[in-house]
Amino acid sequence: MTDRQQIYDSITAQIAPFNKKEVALTEATTFAGDLEWDSLTVMDFVAAIEDEFDIIITMNMQAEIETVGQLVDAVAKLKK
Amino acid sequence: MSQTVTDTAPALANDRDLFSKFDPLIAEREALLATGVRDPFAIVMDEVKSPTLAVIKGQETILLGTYNYMGMTFDPDVVAAGKKALDEFGAGTTGSRVLNGTYQGHREVEDALKEFYGTSSAMVFSTGYQANLGMISTLAGRGDYVILDADSHASIYDGCFLGDAEIVRFRHNSVEDLDKRLGRLPAEALKLVVLEGVYSMLGDVAPLPEMVAAVRKHANCMILVDEAHGMGFFGANGRGVYEEQGVEKDVDFIVGTFSKSVGTVGGFCVSNHPKFEVMRLVCRPYVFTASLPPSVVATAATSIRKLMHAGEKRAHLWKNSQRLHKGLTDLGFTLGTKTPQSAIIAVILTDQTQAVAIWQALLELGLYVNMARPPATPAGTFLLRCSLCAEHSDEQVTQIIGMFEAAGKAVGAIA
Repeated sequence: MTDRQQIYDSITAQIAPFNKKEVALTEATTFAGDLEWDSLTVMDFVAAIEDEFDIIITMNMQAEIETVGQLVDAVAKLKK
Repeated sequence: MSQTVTDTAPALANDRDLFSKFDPLIAEREALLATGVRDPFAIVMDEVKSPTLAVIKGQETILLGTYNYMGMTFDPDVVAAGKKALDEFGAGTTGSRVLNGTYQGHREVEDALKEFYGTSSAMVFSTGYQANLGMISTLAGRGDYVILDADSHASIYDGCFLGDAEIVRFRHNSVEDLDKRLGRLPAEALKLVVLEGVYSMLGDVAPLPEMVAAVRKHANCMILVDEAHGMGFFGANGRGVYEEQGVEKDVDFIVGTFSKSVGTVGGFCVSNHPKFEVMRLVCRPYVFTASLPPSVVATAATSIRKLMHAGEKRAHLWKNSQRLHKGLTDLGFTLGTKTPQSAIIAVILTDQTQAVAIWQALLELGLYVNMARPPATPAGTFLLRCSLCAEHSDEQVTQIIGMFEAAGKAVGAIA
């Protein structure tokens, strides 16, 4: 299993408790559009991801991340 | 989304314009107002009789939703100072502080602030909002970090967005979360940690000694504390929560406002930093706006000097806060804090319909409180926010509790 796949699996596991509508997840799933998360949910989720990977995703970076795939890429970069 | 483009396209395009993104909000408000309730965001005070009493639509109404914590708006000395300045210096300065907009009165109010806070510098902005906007966006530049509490006031967030720094937020009032996030940032990067003494929505107070201790474990951090809702009320000299909790030596910047306890309008930052004065040249929200009118700075200076000796008023305000907190708790309301922590008591309600219903019932009984809703509130809550004044009499507090009982029962929020 590649590093990227591991990160993807880990992120989808973190999404699960916030995925109230049980939307099927792909790389292209969007947080605001498909998952319909409000800003408070996003905040809680980002904090959970930061703690999981021991990283910081600044609000500046968050503004650029719309899809699950983009988040996986961002985490992969930040972990280095 | 494969709609055929027809010759009606231009007309259709007109259905959508830059206001279209507000359609859901417009629809929500129309639906709410169609139920016959009054608009909580369109109240007009026809007469204001005192810091605690106004006339709204012909009815005398007790004010429990202002930031007039110390009741200075009608203080005779304050009003007289404003009238004198209006006569002597005119209605406005029509200019920036760094050009023609600094009068003797601006210097005097900054002197009053330096004395009040015991600092070497004080800088006055035209509003409290601009003070946060200016300080945060100017202090933290590209490559620097701003670390802020998730429940921070909009002016703090907007200060972050105006600047070029990287923005990191931590869970509200969580010392552990703050510590952990600071630990993940590059040690050599310069960091500004922004805290508030009192958080205005729920009226809860920050654990500043623990937070300051967590910050000091990490390199290259400066601390800014917003004391907008703490000034006048907390600490032996009324400086704010940071004074009451004994962390004065550890805070680099205090931001505050004249529009709460001081009783007029304006904002400021005080500091002991030796290079602080350069801010006057580099801080855009200070430079590129007109300075406060002479009457405003005169009322502010007089009020600040009186707040230095307002121990009795502070004691009465605490008593009011404790009585209202106990009264509402005893009635069965859910409040934002378990104990009274500030002059703000927030009543937490289940949804917008219930919140508006009680708000209106209270207004009809002659009591004005603030209704607050997401996104201004934390965790998507609907609040009736009560802010007490040192001028509320014991009798008024008894009346207020009685009105909450009647309104709460009428609407079914309490048994």
